[in-house]
Amino acid sequence: MRLQTSFHTAFRALLRNKLRSLLTALGIIIGVAAVIAMVGIGNGAKKQVEDQVAALGDNALMIFAGSSSRGGMSGGFGSAGTLTLDDAFAIKRDIPGVQGVTPEVEGSTRISSGNQNWFTRLNGVAADYFSIRMWNFSFGGPFEERDVKTAAKVAVIGKTTAVEIFGTEEEALGKVVRIRNVPFTIIGVLAPKGASFFGRDQDDTIVIPYTSAMKRVLGTKTIPRITVSVERGKSVAMVVEQITSLLLQRHRLPGDREPDFTIRTQEELTTMATATSKTMTTLLGFVASISLIVGGIGIMNIMLVSVTERTREIGIRLAIGARGSDILMQFLIEAVTLSLLGGLIGIGLAFLAAALIMHFSPMPVYITAGPILYSFAFSAAVGVLFGFYPARKAASLDPIEALRYE
Amino acid sequence: MAPIIQLDDLRKTYASSEEPVHAVRGVSLTITKGEFVAVMGTSGSGKSTLMNILGCLDRPTSGSYLLDGIEVSKLSRDQLSDLRNHKIGFVFQNFNLLARTSALENVELPMLYRRTPLSPAKQREKAMAALEMVGIGKRADHTPNQLSGGQQQRVAIARSLINDPVLLLADEPTGNLDSRTSIEILGIFQRLNAQGITVLMVTHEPDVANYSKRIIVMRDGKIRSDTQVAKRFDAAEELRNLPVETTP
Ligand SMILES: Nc1ncnc2c1ncn2[C@@H]1O[C@H](COP(=O)(O)OP(=O)(O)OP(=O)(O)O)[C@@H](O)[C@H]1O
Ligand SMILES: [Mg+2]
Repeated sequence: MRLQTSFHTAFRALLRNKLRSLLTALGIIIGVAAVIAMVGIGNGAKKQVEDQVAALGDNALMIFAGSSSRGGMSGGFGSAGTLTLDDAFAIKRDIPGVQGVTPEVEGSTRISSGNQNWFTRLNGVAADYFSIRMWNFSFGGPFEERDVKTAAKVAVIGKTTAVEIFGTEEEALGKVVRIRNVPFTIIGVLAPKGASFFGRDQDDTIVIPYTSAMKRVLGTKTIPRITVSVERGKSVAMVVEQITSLLLQRHRLPGDREPDFTIRTQEELTTMATATSKTMTTLLGFVASISLIVGGIGIMNIMLVSVTERTREIGIRLAIGARGSDILMQFLIEAVTLSLLGGLIGIGLAFLAAALIMHFSPMPVYITAGPILYSFAFSAAVGVLFGFYPARKAASLDPIEALRYE
Repeated sequence: MAPIIQLDDLRKTYASSEEPVHAVRGVSLTITKGEFVAVMGTSGSGKSTLMNILGCLDRPTSGSYLLDGIEVSKLSRDQLSDLRNHKIGFVFQNFNLLARTSALENVELPMLYRRTPLSPAKQREKAMAALEMVGIGKRADHTPNQLSGGQQQRVAIARSLINDPVLLLADEPTGNLDSRTSIEILGIFQRLNAQGITVLMVTHEPDVANYSKRIIVMRDGKIRSDTQVAKRFDAAEELRNLPVETTP
């Protein structure tokens, strides 16, 4: 039988039972949509992380308190309390090629203005922070080194925080917010950055001088993290080396002792972040693939029912001269058509889902050709794989038995 | 004349759960080109079993069956399919048309499985011609459930002839039809036979058998008698003689 005729026959058979065909393909539809949307979400997160880390500048590096091999990493970067402000000053003063240095302290806190309350992230940083992070301002501007020296009660806030407390970004400028009852004047509103990896809103923040944060709000003496930017054209690796020996010396650690700090360059951070999101993407794709297999089993189930129901038809076709292979092709094509149609609908559904997700949440969904091709090929394979057994069952029927079947 | 069918000690035994059923127990028979044979016999005498073997739908347990010079019992499944496709036309008592499929497409069906495919236009043309030939060209786009029994049997006959077989087998083709429609169907068989197609037909009714040229009677899986028809009925003439009231 011609392939074209086989497809025609398959279409006819599927159209004859529209609802059943749709329900049978539903597993594949959902499976394909899930794979594409899930990988899209994973990719969106990955792209965002990459963008964020890239926004840090390829000349940036971070120093975390604690050793990387002794729980420093697993216990959370910077939890060891081994970095001091003097370390930060020393780096800025003694290492050639360093452009900007900022200690970073952080915490979560309630802030208020009038009767408005908001729970947000507090960042205590130096004036260099904004240039290192390449973070611009929608309104107002950053605080300066002078403000840091005097532990001034000035603050810069993110868009979300501004809107939550003051209604609009413009309104926030010049207003006073109380951070744990200490009044701070808002001198700048940061340009929005959107959601971060794992969906945290980066604009939900308030940034103040680290001195103010440590003395007036958090009451800490150690700093978990120092971010450093290297001058353009200077070797990051060289700077890392020099910082390492400087800190080892300052912390009076002999060369054979493990350092009590960890330095990560932007490149390493990118690799780490993308590795994490890659794992997540793979995991999401894998879970969604399982639903494709379940969809395939659904097809097999219905095809088996269909073969039994159509035993007489098979008998008639065999009686008038169809070969076993013709019958095999007929049912196989039916199964594959079912799964491919399911795949196509699933692709459409994935785009719809992506549009909905992006409309109703800050999560970016980034649909690429890869998972579309993969899930489409996969659904075709599922059709062949799970259609084969029922089709072979149909093809191996005995003509006279099939004709007698009631 | 060349033999179309040559059977030598053909046997068919069904291995059922209790004791084996010997449905055909040693049939030797020669049918030459152009014959019109009616097979009669009591129920259970093995007529259908024999016809199914002759139609390559079933295989004999032992014995030899030469169809147009080919030893059928040695053929593979696919080769049997091909024989059914272009050497044999089979007409069933219950028509066996594909449901929800138009008469035209039912007739086209055997052409879809040809080893040498025809163009879709050619297929349509041939199928239409076959439907015209059996007198229901006007019903080409009707599905079986929109057709009467007699009309369905005409479609089935058109289908059986579409690949120009040498042998037409019919197992009780008029079993489900009234007498007038039966005669019309027999008329088609007589016309085809006159054109050179060998016809083999199973029937219970002596009246029907008398339209053939040769009557074989079976009993208990064996041939009891084999006689030429002395006074053969002519369907066209019988139809003319039927009372006018029964004409539709
Ligand atoms: N598939 C089968 N399995 C077991 N026994 C069978 C099978 N088919 C037919 N038989 C037996 O073989 C014998 C011949 O059956 P067959 O159908 O050939 O008779 P028949 O002459 O066509 O009868 P009828 O005139 O009623 O159609 C019967 O005894 C029947 O019970
Ligand atoms: Mg019978």
